[in-house]
Amino acid sequence: MELIKEVAVVSGKGGTGKTSLSGALATLLQNRVIADCDVDAANLHLILNPEEILETKEFTGGKKAVINPDSCIKCGTCREVCRYGAISEKFVIDPFQCEGCGACYFLCPAEAIAFSSRLAGHCYISRIGENGRFVFAELLPAEENSGKLVAMVRNEARAEAEKAGNRLILIDGPPGIGCTVISSLTGTHLVVIVTEPTPSGIHDLKRVVELAEHFQIKTALVVNKSDINPQYVQEMKLYCDLRGLIYLGEIPYEPKITEAQKQAKTILDYDPHCEASRSIQRIFAKLQSILEEIWTATK
Amino acid sequence: MNENGMGTMKIAFASGKGGTGKTTVAVNFAYFLAFSLQQVQYLDCDVEEPNGHIFLKPEIYEKYAAKVMTPVIDQDKCTSCGECSAKCQFNALVTLPGNVLVFPELCHGCGLCVRLCPVGAISEGEREIGYIEKGKALNNIEFVSGVLNVGEPMSGPLIQEVKTEYVDNHIQIIDAPPGTSCPVVKTISDVDCVVMVTEPTPFGLHDLKIAVTVAEMLGRPIGVVINRESGGFPPLTDYLLEKGLHVLMTLPESRDISVSYSMGNLILRSLPAYVEKFMELTANIGRLLGRTLWRNVKWN
Repeated sequence: MELIKEVAVVSGKGGTGKTSLSGALATLLQNRVIADCDVDAANLHLILNPEEILETKEFTGGKKAVINPDSCIKCGTCREVCRYGAISEKFVIDPFQCEGCGACYFLCPAEAIAFSSRLAGHCYISRIGENGRFVFAELLPAEENSGKLVAMVRNEARAEAEKAGNRLILIDGPPGIGCTVISSLTGTHLVVIVTEPTPSGIHDLKRVVELAEHFQIKTALVVNKSDINPQYVQEMKLYCDLRGLIYLGEIPYEPKITEAQKQAKTILDYDPHCEASRSIQRIFAKLQSILEEIWTATK
Repeated sequence: MNENGMGTMKIAFASGKGGTGKTTVAVNFAYFLAFSLQQVQYLDCDVEEPNGHIFLKPEIYEKYAAKVMTPVIDQDKCTSCGECSAKCQFNALVTLPGNVLVFPELCHGCGLCVRLCPVGAISEGEREIGYIEKGKALNNIEFVSGVLNVGEPMSGPLIQEVKTEYVDNHIQIIDAPPGTSCPVVKTISDVDCVVMVTEPTPFGLHDLKIAVTVAEMLGRPIGVVINRESGGFPPLTDYLLEKGLHVLMTLPESRDISVSYSMGNLILRSLPAYVEKFMELTANIGRLLGRTLWRNVKWN
């Protein structure tokens, strides 16, 4: 069986158009398995409109400690060992401050502390189109361990791809460069960074490029809203050359992308002939040839 | 209390969805307040991708490494009993015959292993996760930013470190990270109010709802700024009405603002027509907090 390849779309800076691009690319893919790994703020389902949820899985997060006031002897050990200041003078644990380390639980001399995991989110396996699969998740508000939920989404997506004999998984990643991003891109075969020609875009781009280099993943760049500041676009192309990144192309600023989103559509479904849609089709063609190279290279 | 009788106050700018304009609103608000003779401190808690410095242009006068505790094993004393790795909740320790492996990037620095080890073979070392920068920014704004090392998953402790830099008698403007999980909780858990910057789109609204739930769970007062408004988005209006959330300011979809942003400029410097918007925002945040935030603004 062919090895499954994963492509992760990330950005560093938020709001550069990751999800709009991922959604459009998803509609162009044959035999698709799509994974939304932005589990804090999952949006891709709003434009991919899954037809049917095939399976819902529960995600249990880390454990949280709770003091049983009836058994508590108020010795103060827990307050002394907790490094997160989560335990009040009245021996009540603030669940938002509790890191889930278990120090209080393991060291309480009166065994007055309960320490158990709880439901922290859901992972959904859904159908899009005739036989496409779309895996997404929702972390419950204010929960922790989003990196682990990302791992769960990727595992489920791989299982679906194996079942269906698909060889490509498209991942819509979260913003930033931290825990969830690391979890979204480790072990992928290509990182597509969506950026914008602004100082913040460039600043954040460089950090996410370093991250991809850190994990030695082939990296490609898409510049969105490219006509806001053409000078920066030139700078970004130069940067790609210098760093050995693939320049995939640019998408002009297109208000119709927002209109499409308001109608729960991708830009390709909303207006396949606008300049942004045509740019995305060119980017897709280039992406496919890069993927073919990756497949050939690993055969 | 400072000369205007204001005292310390913490105002966080959050959003759920990334790229809605948190930083744009936060830095311009900081700049505006600093003009009204307030002592203002801006803290960038978006440590994965801090951008406030691009607009506030601080002169950095201090930079120091942020560190977390990480276990160091004395292999001579270690008996490979497995107690530490069995109880570590973060899988940061693995016991092998005759050896304990430490995975520092998984360690949350809780210190449990040090306390548990029956033979005292574990001590505390330090690991650098990023750095803190402090500086004087435009209009004399006190500037603090946390910068997470690339490849480092542990943003929480760095956010905590940024927040140890609170200066008394200043109004604190806190730029929160995007998302709705632990980094946001760490950032906004102790603030006096949260300003949610959203955009009138399905994505913006979906993530706003989760972010509002987080702030409600933490018991923080909430106000909303609508950015890139063009032609209205009834589902957002309905939601705000239903929740009784106040709109503190609305900024239009504007090519001028985008271009100003793309050059690293503050809106208030390049497009002074927006001063009134920020006066309105300031008055409305004051109303949300039940206080007056500014007096005698002399805008030039």
